[in-house]
Amino acid sequence: MTSFTLNGAAVEVEVPEGMPLLWVLRDELGLVGTKYGCGIAQCGACTVLFNGQAMRSCQLPISAVAGAEVLTIEGLGTPDDPHPVQQAWIDEQVAQCGYCQSGQVMQAAWFLSNNTDPSDAEIDAAMAGNLCRCGTYPRIRQAVRRAAEMLAAPVQTFDPLTDSGEG
Amino acid sequence: MGRIADVTRRTFLFGSVALAGGVAFGVYKVQETPDNPLAQGLAPDAASFNPWVLIRPDGITLIAPHTDVGQGARSVQALMIAEEMDLEPGQFTVEPGQPSPAYWNTAMAADAVPFLHTDQGLAARSARTAIGAVIKLSGQQVTGGSSTVADSWEKLRRAGAVARETLKQAAAIDTGEALDTLSTEAGAVVLRDGRRIPYTQLAATAARIDPVNTVTLRPPSAWRLLGKPVQRLDTVAKSTGTQTFGIDLMPEGVINATVRFNPRQGGALLSYDAADALSMPGVRQILPVTAGVAVLADNTWNAFQAASAIRCEWGQAPYPPEMAQHWAAVESSFTEERLDKVWREDGDVEATLASGAGIEREYRAPYLAHAPLEPLSALCRVSDGRADLWAAHQFPRLAQQLVADITGLPTGKVYLHNQYCGGSFGHRLEFENIRYATEIAVQLPGETIKLTFSREEDFAHDFPRQIGMARVRGVSDSGGIRALEIDVATPSAIASQSSRANLPLAGPDSQIAAGVWNAPYAIEHMRVRAYRVPELAPISSWRSVGASTGGFFIESAIDELLIEAGQDPLAGRLALCNDPASRRVLEAVREMSAWDEPLAPGRGRGVALVVSFGTPVAEVVEVSVREGKITIDKVFVAAEVGRVIDPVNFENQTAGGVIWGLGHAMNCEITYADGMAEQRNFHQHTGMRINQCPAIQVRGLESGEGVSGIGEPPVPPAAPALANAIYAATGQRLREMPFSKFVAFA
Repeated sequence: MTSFTLNGAAVEVEVPEGMPLLWVLRDELGLVGTKYGCGIAQCGACTVLFNGQAMRSCQLPISAVAGAEVLTIEGLGTPDDPHPVQQAWIDEQVAQCGYCQSGQVMQAAWFLSNNTDPSDAEIDAAMAGNLCRCGTYPRIRQAVRRAAEMLAAPVQTFDPLTDSGEG
Repeated sequence: MGRIADVTRRTFLFGSVALAGGVAFGVYKVQETPDNPLAQGLAPDAASFNPWVLIRPDGITLIAPHTDVGQGARSVQALMIAEEMDLEPGQFTVEPGQPSPAYWNTAMAADAVPFLHTDQGLAARSARTAIGAVIKLSGQQVTGGSSTVADSWEKLRRAGAVARETLKQAAAIDTGEALDTLSTEAGAVVLRDGRRIPYTQLAATAARIDPVNTVTLRPPSAWRLLGKPVQRLDTVAKSTGTQTFGIDLMPEGVINATVRFNPRQGGALLSYDAADALSMPGVRQILPVTAGVAVLADNTWNAFQAASAIRCEWGQAPYPPEMAQHWAAVESSFTEERLDKVWREDGDVEATLASGAGIEREYRAPYLAHAPLEPLSALCRVSDGRADLWAAHQFPRLAQQLVADITGLPTGKVYLHNQYCGGSFGHRLEFENIRYATEIAVQLPGETIKLTFSREEDFAHDFPRQIGMARVRGVSDSGGIRALEIDVATPSAIASQSSRANLPLAGPDSQIAAGVWNAPYAIEHMRVRAYRVPELAPISSWRSVGASTGGFFIESAIDELLIEAGQDPLAGRLALCNDPASRRVLEAVREMSAWDEPLAPGRGRGVALVVSFGTPVAEVVEVSVREGKITIDKVFVAAEVGRVIDPVNFENQTAGGVIWGLGHAMNCEITYADGMAEQRNFHQHTGMRINQCPAIQVRGLESGEGVSGIGEPPVPPAAPALANAIYAATGQRLREMPFSKFVAFA
């Protein structure tokens, strides 16, 4: 039995200790917003925030998740109440097929929690681990910049684990 | 070809090759409209005026039969209907519909005949009409050839207009008001006094009257939704992780499955030992499937783990096992025997080549994977005399037929629930996921089977882009290019693909030299010959198909010849270009890129122009060199599509196509060793990442003549424009992809 905090709620799962968080989320807990793309940390589609840090959930055995706080795309915001990063993704109409975008959004949310005034080069460096086969990169850049502005506008600290996006 | 008599003899052209479809027809059959699949089993208070519109008291459903592979097809199809029907986004749901001959693709004929899209001569028009008739008769509902908008834009607006006018008629009957006093707005018929009757309340009356089929489409000046930046219907879901893809479906009681089959494509499974796998946690069952093994488990992870623990002895590949043998086969195909077609034979090429000091060059393009980010998956349930399949497929009726063949059910009992998918780029024209999900499900009647390919299986069983080579001879001088001979040799992707789709072929394949034979250049002495390499590894349509290789060949050669003659690559192309639309896109990128202003040392620009699927696209790529590494700084791209229907999507498709073309030309190849693709995951075949992505400026030109597609045409010019830019910056000419074998990119 492994216990951890998922999107603010306590959960317990009984799975083999080597099972990656990605598959626990998708197949055991039914949270399918986190995507399987490669299984070897090359595409970033499975990115979640693990104790506030962007991590590839395909590389996190559930044994390493015990006691941790995990935030997935579903916990970041919702269609009715999107997080500022999600709102920026909507405003900039980033998605084509959309399959990589959960991971892109989570990576950007983590990045902007550490850097609210990023340069173009910093954006590229932060997002380079997230592969998009459709080639939405120009709009990802625009959306990250827009999200940075949205997050910088109100005088408040941004905590990706608790902020569900009043913006 | 081109005579209708040829066509009626049970063959027709598809993707430019003739295929025998078992079709026999008379004129009456061509004129007959296929049945409306929405009309079956309608309740008395529901109305459907055509195969695209369904109105019930509880809501309006629009049918978008072109598969959404990420290009926004579902959204743009719905907007075309909604435009004429006076519906607002949010007032309707969109469904892909069931496979039906009613959704035959009217636009594929343009690419299925060996005539330029611009050719409006009698022979070209007759051939298109004949081929269109056969595609209609075979009911081919296909998403491909960048044809979604071209196919839909008349008939879906018309479907919406018919619905609108019929609903007005129903309102006139219900209220007794005169028809000409009624108008429509936002999902309702509006009476003269301002009262509004929602369409949903008019369904019962509308169902009892004949549809009003005489309608006038609105002029673009009156459009509310089309031609304007609108939010794609899936944007919010795809930004919040709430869009459900095929791989995300988890019905109650689902059994997770994966497969292992011979990584030597088409090879046999000689034996296997699953003892270890069977004892692993969560494993329920291990079943044989065609040339492979399926693992059923309580979750996907356990299925993957067990599958990799099965010891398999695989048979040999039915093609040469080593890469050098593939290249040798291509090199030895420039023969009379392998000649597929002489596409152009203008002037006296031999005499002109002999008369001047010319160049001789060779260019090469490798195999490439599709590798959409969502691995192949499919759900299947066979029970109670029916089969249900949940998957994304670009050939819904062929997928349905395959399920029928495996289960022994009639196609009418096979229900295909077409899904949103995480990309395709041509991969979802293939059938492996459909076949294996059904083969498993038929062994476990009543169970819902969810098949997921691991990324490694997805790569191993991709049908890659064709390998190819061109041999070029040419003569140029201060007057321009005097003579050009381009011989292209590739295996036929269309023939390989069609053989798996059970569509036997005859005739030449215009995709082998696509982008070359239809190049919009008036060169006095010009010859284009296509040679068909015998099939090696099985291959398939890859975003932009033949033009992805042909465009690189000819646009590299044109560049070399113009530079050899001391000409400016862009001005020289303009001087040769005889197609007004192609001239416009060249002029556009000249202006956008400030082509005529010099660049600083260490920088370079390259240009390329390719026409594919009826859309001319020109691109200028700008690179810089720092510490021996090349950076792509900017790309300027202009496309002539007649009319931009969905501006945001247009820009995204264009930029995405450029990135697809550049990323693969720079970084990717599939190679074979011991009969297996050596690249198994994204660390070995990445495409482009954001840190290599240039700034991309897109311009859509709208001549107003017809409408053509944008999903594929931005791809072919990207690779040659990059090679030409690298030459301009460094003096190094790249004649083989991927370029990363020869230069370093930042």
